[in-house]
Amino acid sequence: MLEVEHLSVKYDSFVAVRDLSFAVTERQWLMIVGPNGAGKSTILNAISQGVPYTGTIRFDKADLKKTDARTRARAIGALAQNHYVSYAFSVEEIVRLGRYAHRSGLFSSHEEDDAAVEEALEMTGMTGLRRQSLLTLSGGELQRAFLAQVFAQSPRLLLLDEPTNHLDLVYQKQVFALIAEWLKTPGRAVISVVHDLSLAKAYGTNALLLHHGCKVAYGETGAVMCPRHLNEVYGMDVAEWMQTMLGQWKDG
Amino acid sequence: MKRGGERFYGWIYAVFALVTLCVFFACICLGSVWVPLKDIGRVILDAVRSIPSAPEYSLARSVMITVRIPRVLCVALVGASLALAGAAMQGLLKNPLADGSTIGVSSGASLGAVIAIAFDITFPGLPFAGTMIMAILFALFSLLLILGLAYRLDCSLSTNTIILIGVIFSMFASSIMSIVITFASDRLRSITFWTMGSLQGSNYRNAAVLGATLAVCGTVLFLHARELNAFAVGEDNARQIGVNVRRVRLTVLIMVSCLIGVCVSIGGTISFVGLVTPHMVRMIVGPNHKRLLPASLFSGAVFLMLADLVARTILIPRELPIGVVTSIIGAVVFVYIYYRSRRR
Repeated sequence: MLEVEHLSVKYDSFVAVRDLSFAVTERQWLMIVGPNGAGKSTILNAISQGVPYTGTIRFDKADLKKTDARTRARAIGALAQNHYVSYAFSVEEIVRLGRYAHRSGLFSSHEEDDAAVEEALEMTGMTGLRRQSLLTLSGGELQRAFLAQVFAQSPRLLLLDEPTNHLDLVYQKQVFALIAEWLKTPGRAVISVVHDLSLAKAYGTNALLLHHGCKVAYGETGAVMCPRHLNEVYGMDVAEWMQTMLGQWKDG
Repeated sequence: MKRGGERFYGWIYAVFALVTLCVFFACICLGSVWVPLKDIGRVILDAVRSIPSAPEYSLARSVMITVRIPRVLCVALVGASLALAGAAMQGLLKNPLADGSTIGVSSGASLGAVIAIAFDITFPGLPFAGTMIMAILFALFSLLLILGLAYRLDCSLSTNTIILIGVIFSMFASSIMSIVITFASDRLRSITFWTMGSLQGSNYRNAAVLGATLAVCGTVLFLHARELNAFAVGEDNARQIGVNVRRVRLTVLIMVSCLIGVCVSIGGTISFVGLVTPHMVRMIVGPNHKRLLPASLFSGAVFLMLADLVARTILIPRELPIGVVTSIIGAVVFVYIYYRSRRR
């Protein structure tokens, strides 16, 4: 589905991502993990053509640099970690914007759009809040509204940049459960950047571990997120620290 | 199935259109010479048929046909254009404080017009259009310069960069204008009056130019309502849902520049219409540009017609520059809106 070859991204003289290659196939959930400044979000930005890069990114064999914006949006949807809203758009208006790439002209049919919008609202539990202004939503509801927009976009590949950042545990669980449900439909895949290694291990089928913009390990989640790799990248005994934290709960 | 988010309420626009029409006729009737509403139809009919009016209607005819109708038409079209341009800018830049002056286009257009007035610049075959052509040329030139400079700083042409360069350019244009005025002190009075904004000498030719510009640029902006919605949510969001961000941004900026250039050349610097009108309209119809753009168009026309009515009637027989009136009303309304939104 997605093939990334020799991807490099530079911000002036700083190299954020260096000569990176990986691929994502259907039904895979690739977790991009690594410490702060490893270049995780930059990879997502490059795939969604938000930053200039060298190398090749192909979706279904087509070079994304040469793909027009609408075609790309029908294939790839992205969910940011933060949303800064200035105007009082309703939830439904935002979700409906997700259908932009599917509308070919002024007089194109609305029926398919309506169905996709309803399904996205229902799936994210936002049907009851469809008329509500974005300015009045909580952080979790806002994230779910934009998740509904991406679902309405009907992409085949979903890019998630720390989708549960700033969200409490209930919303974290809800959002990941929703994405796992979305992924069950054949022909879809997810790439997400996460800081929480437990979530990455629980939901990811594959993982890409980065350090200073370079690939440390790439493959199945269990193999990539082994103590040897994690300790090397994070400079600490990750497993021991996790077990200590978990032990506090077990001890009551 | 009802598409609540984008429903088009026909009756709302019928109300907006009706209010605009009522205000238009009120502004035609009222002024230093009072023309009763019943005489207006008679006078217009006579003028259309090109037959002389009865002696008791001759004053009314001369006031209506040669002075008031072209003036009020121009005022309405300038108000509609500025409000439409302001609404589009506020959506595009995701900034409720944006209007033509934010990106420096108004200052550029003003500089062009001031140079034309100061040095009496005319164009062959178009002896009366020197100021207009210079204002439009300078508005477009300013836009190209601002975008060029912004591109050199940031090749993605982010809105923040455009606003920053626009503010710097406005300061630069103001200082050049001061230098020009220094060298043309004999025309100081007409330049000063023009920079304060006035539609006193408007004619049907001005109205035709304004109407044609509004028809073309307004149509293009209406066709970009969904893209403006996407920009108003955020540029990154617009890109990810499939909007060709650079093309749309350029198209909207060019349309806005044309609208502002033509308005500045005819009416001088009229501030606050593009800033305040979309704000107030957004409170009634919401932020969706499918509703906001047409509603701003009507409301801008009404706002400026009323401001013009105040300008020419409050100190009869003297007349205030319309820009002064819009600034006073606009500043008060804007402060009220700002404080109300802060209290929330």
